[in-house]
Amino acid sequence: MSVRIYKSGIQDTVQDQGRYGFSHWGINPGGVMDHYAAAVANALVGNPASAAVVELSFPAAQVLFESTTLISICGADFSPVIASQPVPCWQPLVVRENTLLHFDRIRSGMYTYLAIHGGIDVEPWLHSRSTHLKAVAGGYQGRRLFNEDQLPVGASSFGLDSWLKHGESFTALPWKAAWRDIYEAPETIALTRGQEWSRLDTCSREWLVTADFAITSASNRMGANLAGPELRLEHPYEMLSTGVTAGTLQLLPGGQLIALLADHQTTGGYPRVGHIHTAQLPAFVQARPGQTIRFRLTDPDEAETVLLEQQKDLALLNRNCTEHLLNWKK
Amino acid sequence: MIFYKPPPQRPIYGLLALFAEKRNLNGLKLNYTIYPSGERAICFDLGARMDPELNQQIRSLYNRLTIQPFTGFQDAVMAYSSLTVYYDPYHIYMKEKPSGSVKDWVSRKLLEAWETIGDRETTKTLHKIPVCYDPEWGMDLENLALTLHRSVEDLIQWHSAPVYRIYMIGFQPGFPYMGETPEALQVARKTKPVPVKAGSVGIAGRQTGIYPFDSPGGWHIIGRTPVCLFDAAGNPPVPFRPGDEVCFYSISREQFDQLNQERHVGSHI
Repeated sequence: MSVRIYKSGIQDTVQDQGRYGFSHWGINPGGVMDHYAAAVANALVGNPASAAVVELSFPAAQVLFESTTLISICGADFSPVIASQPVPCWQPLVVRENTLLHFDRIRSGMYTYLAIHGGIDVEPWLHSRSTHLKAVAGGYQGRRLFNEDQLPVGASSFGLDSWLKHGESFTALPWKAAWRDIYEAPETIALTRGQEWSRLDTCSREWLVTADFAITSASNRMGANLAGPELRLEHPYEMLSTGVTAGTLQLLPGGQLIALLADHQTTGGYPRVGHIHTAQLPAFVQARPGQTIRFRLTDPDEAETVLLEQQKDLALLNRNCTEHLLNWKK
Repeated sequence: MIFYKPPPQRPIYGLLALFAEKRNLNGLKLNYTIYPSGERAICFDLGARMDPELNQQIRSLYNRLTIQPFTGFQDAVMAYSSLTVYYDPYHIYMKEKPSGSVKDWVSRKLLEAWETIGDRETTKTLHKIPVCYDPEWGMDLENLALTLHRSVEDLIQWHSAPVYRIYMIGFQPGFPYMGETPEALQVARKTKPVPVKAGSVGIAGRQTGIYPFDSPGGWHIIGRTPVCLFDAAGNPPVPFRPGDEVCFYSISREQFDQLNQERHVGSHI
């Protein structure tokens, strides 16, 4: 079983939930930008959350399914189209063999996830299937996807052909993931204080949680540069590098903020003024350049509670979806 | 470029001598702070100092945590004087059902590990790295010599004299942050990064480093090594570990070219 890249997109890569345990070599976790959308996409097709998916940016690849396949598309809405018919996101779809999926235009978001029942079965590198672009390793040959790439897919135990309605190129199964809460009101992003937060001057501390910050176009899988008021430290402070995480908000020497994202370096030497809630990173990474956001300060316990709730929901969703699939057409 | 094979590691003795009284150095108790770095990581910090002893403590804590990981432990980033520990809150929540927050549970585990690391593990590998200090490879060498009012030969000698400690690996896979450079060689980094070739040896402040990839870099480039610092297919992919030692020796252009060619016959140094 495989799916083929019929026409490549601008930056589409194979990703999973990340590569942990190798930071002593400077190898960062990487993985999907939006862990929530990827986990939902996997749940909808009966995969564990850890399965590898294709992360697509717009303009996204055209994908040819060479055999009948159970898929889902979650995250950004790039108006997916199968056989000239728009198809829904956040819903399991059975796609007939030799059918092409393409994406028409951006409605919202930055990254969308194509999950395929069985998972993208590329060879793991250091226990993960995530593409490490810098190291040219992991994922599909360590690079973004090009024309004619054949992505191996794990085997399916479902009789998918019988799930298709006669003569149709695809069938949307009659259930959907509720996702709205996650991406609603992404203009307010919750933060916890970073270790150098208290080194900001009074004005800057105030601005951090009241001013508008715009996502700039100088943003990518490594980090999002934000445009906003120039923030300052009370006193100059020379830092030694420390470990950083996805969501760490660093203050650059010019007074602007950068939010570190999936492909961030393992260590950083700029003041850490805050950390975006992990549960809100999906909303943050899906914000498009030009979009403005505001930060809201919370305590770390709130961040943890929200994340645990989100993970519980995802686990429940995963169980329910698998059950639905197992009982479908029985 | 040649694939560098690290010398075999000596066995580690007494690494896990639990409950050893080794929380002070030279009679001084070590002060640490533990603080959250978001809700998936906790930072254990011995104070912002570039000090081999503190760094050694961080390495010992890292070893303790990776040999006996707590539930939900994912990774730990070794830096100069801090260790940032990544964990999976949901996994811990489900498996350990902590009465308080997961963060507090992890903090306790981290302190437990800190209290029970054995005597400092002193095993370290010494890597001898050849560097061609030809001005063509070391694009900033001649300018630095002018700025510092010394000869290029002096600079080369200063740089290749010390045995450096690898304090951490970061920035890119395989980029070693090493210190300390002799005081006479300490220059502030460039204000703007420029394109740098893989294998380039750079200096900045008290540090020296090697770029494993072609990339932008803000350090002053004084030479290039034919040694390959990152090989995704290698086991290990990176020949160094934080805490290892490195010394540089000067090689000629001919030797550089020869070592570079030897890659094709798969030989190591």
